[in-house]
Amino acid sequence: MVDKTLTRMDLNEAVFREVGLSRNESADLVESVLNHISDAMVKGEQVKISSFGTFSLRDKSARVGRNPKTGDEAPIAPRRVLTFRPSHLLKERVATGNS
Amino acid sequence: MIRSELIQIIADENPHLYQRDVERIVNTVFSEITEALAKGDRVELRGFGAFSVKLRDARMGRNPRTGEAVKVESKAVPFFKTGKLLRDRLNGRA
Repeated sequence: MVDKTLTRMDLNEAVFREVGLSRNESADLVESVLNHISDAMVKGEQVKISSFGTFSLRDKSARVGRNPKTGDEAPIAPRRVLTFRPSHLLKERVATGNS
Repeated sequence: MIRSELIQIIADENPHLYQRDVERIVNTVFSEITEALAKGDRVELRGFGAFSVKLRDARMGRNPRTGEAVKVESKAVPFFKTGKLLRDRLNGRA
């Protein structure tokens, strides 16, 4: 398995090549895609991208955790977490691409 | 929010762009991430989160209908870890 990491720069470059916009505007649009997904989630919305996956929210209740190093008990406040459920297509692409 | 709504919001904010181009931009973002993961690469988007591939070991599963034991092959699955900024924002801390 190649150990490569893509970043915003790679997405910006892909959008730049795909659509005839400037590099700057391509970068702004990639940022805008990520920001609108984030904003919707912060508002409590689920974000469903067909053939990619669904970002949804789960509310976790308070519990007593433990510092794994010291074993000390530490309260964990109730919190909201994001879960990503990959679509069938994405799961299939990842499974066949890495087998 | 669904993909078409995301495209619509961005199209409304950018009246100088063709809707068709906004569609291509949004689709490119998700297809680039998909292609990267299919190659086993990671995608790290600071503040938003990181997509990676995790390997699940082979295991013995069970057909829930018949109760019969079946071998499940090891496989690669996509995984997303929420970025710190987004995690904080979801909890009203940023």
